[in-house]
Amino acid sequence: MIASYVVQRLFQLVPVLFLVSIGIFLIIQLIPGDPVMVMLGATPETSGNINRQQYEELRHQLGFDQPLPIRYLNWVSKVVRGDLGMSLKSRRPVLETLLERYPATIFLAITALIGAVIVAVPAGIIAAVRQNTWVDYLAMGFSLWGVAMPNFWLALMLIVLFSINLGWLPSIGYTSPLVQPVDFLRHAFMPAIVLGASTSAHLTRYLRAEMLEQLSQDYVRAARARGLPPLVVIVKHAAKNSLLAVVTVVGLQTARLLGGSAIVETIFSWPGVASLLLEGIYARDYPIVQGAVLILALTYVFINLVVDVAYKFLDPRVRLE
Amino acid sequence: MSIKAEPAVASPPAASTPGTGTYASQLIAAWRVISRNRLALLGGFVILVGVFTAIFAPLLATHDPYEIDIVNRLRGPGPGHWLGTDVLGRDTFSRLVYGARTAFQVAIGAVALGAIAGIPLGAIAGFYGRRVDAIVMRFMDSVLAFPGQLLAIALVAALGGGLISLYIAIGVSSIPQYARIVRGVVLSQKEREYVEAARMVGESNLRVLFGEILPNCVAPIIVTLSFDFAHAILIESSLSFLGLGFPPPTASWGLMLKEISPFLELQPLSALFPGLTIAIMILGFNLFGDGLRDLFDPRHYEI
Repeated sequence: MIASYVVQRLFQLVPVLFLVSIGIFLIIQLIPGDPVMVMLGATPETSGNINRQQYEELRHQLGFDQPLPIRYLNWVSKVVRGDLGMSLKSRRPVLETLLERYPATIFLAITALIGAVIVAVPAGIIAAVRQNTWVDYLAMGFSLWGVAMPNFWLALMLIVLFSINLGWLPSIGYTSPLVQPVDFLRHAFMPAIVLGASTSAHLTRYLRAEMLEQLSQDYVRAARARGLPPLVVIVKHAAKNSLLAVVTVVGLQTARLLGGSAIVETIFSWPGVASLLLEGIYARDYPIVQGAVLILALTYVFINLVVDVAYKFLDPRVRLE
Repeated sequence: MSIKAEPAVASPPAASTPGTGTYASQLIAAWRVISRNRLALLGGFVILVGVFTAIFAPLLATHDPYEIDIVNRLRGPGPGHWLGTDVLGRDTFSRLVYGARTAFQVAIGAVALGAIAGIPLGAIAGFYGRRVDAIVMRFMDSVLAFPGQLLAIALVAALGGGLISLYIAIGVSSIPQYARIVRGVVLSQKEREYVEAARMVGESNLRVLFGEILPNCVAPIIVTLSFDFAHAILIESSLSFLGLGFPPPTASWGLMLKEISPFLELQPLSALFPGLTIAIMILGFNLFGDGLRDLFDPRHYEI
């Protein structure tokens, strides 16, 4: 049952992945003017100074001497085989660099997500149980503000507080959680808060609404009438049934986490793929840009697939559209 | 995840008594509902202040936002400069005022692009169904396969800076939102009797679609517009912060934060105000959107 659902879902992905690949392929093609010149760092005024041989080499390497559809097919067939080209800057294979930096992005996203859930789940539940009290208003205020606050500003404010004024936390740097977990947490603390803040805010709000809905249901009233302790009714009955809400929001929020990581990783010099993307953009290293966008988009598509399957598992009523 | 296809929700609940609703009385009734929602009013007020500031920036600014005054750089708030000065001694308040122009200029274009492209796409997909629907919606899915902020960054990287690139980079990611909402409404409406009736009278497909069915989408579209404005302002400031938006010395809220970030130790307050401005503006649009949604569809709650 679940297996056939996964297969169906994978089939649906084929046209999407095809279009995504075209989009990523077009990143280079869309560059205004002569992309080869742009990548060599030449402006229209200085283009005369470019080494002709170097120009032709790059032009050939990127396949610009061939028609567009052929270029696309060549590119895709290479990508499928894991060949994402060479970085123009470091002269190393793009895939190698991506794999090196991918874990940092994932570790940060997971830490941010866990942090967001740890804050949001009790906040959402307590806000619903104590509806229209100061606790509720506080949670809702946090939620509204968390969504509105730009993440780069929160990052700067946290750096002012924790790094500059208190001197408690480092504002840059990274160690792998697999090597030094405590040091990882020290470095990841601020980036994870910044990355997870709006996710946490959304989740609090959604969970509160869902809990209010559940608490007004007959089964909750019945459980209360049977004399079950309030905490048992809240946690074992209502909260358990609101779990689906958490899964939904987590799925929707992955986009926010992956998209936001570009800014967060850049500010905190976090060596992930999202900051690699920006380094690629600043250096006009387009193979790196393509590779980083590709890996982030694939991650997002994959997580959505997992969330949909989890959803199906938790709620068998879900049908494929 | 698909957007729930809500039935026609254009008329505000308070004005739904049949036969009595002129347009003016509906507006009054809508105002009564929305004026009870204080947070939505606050949101509307913030938006008005923002628009007013953007329009009358030259009258409101106390200094020339581009005037450099190195002697008075990185000052804190004081009588000469209400909110202090930046790293080149430019007046923070005046730059924030002109920044409203930049923010609205980009947001209006980006939101318009998203809506103008998304609405007809969704309408056509819902109305013609089958293959057209499948093709359009797969396109939308592939746009959604890129997290919004990432798509904007990638597009700016490809298209280069400038106003038009910013419109496209920010607007493209919201096309699917409009398309999905309109498609949902069209799907729920196209089998209704009034549509049948319009067909019988001999109205063309286009007339039925745009004249009869689409007016039902107005309410959800207005709600989406409000949230989309918030999103556009956020993305514009993010791109500017990353140095991918307008070039210096443009007064842009995101760029102001980028310029001050290496000097946080010297004057942390300079970073406080641009961020607060962005957050309050986004909060305004979000609160207003929440209020409008409650007005149009009281049963709905936020995802």
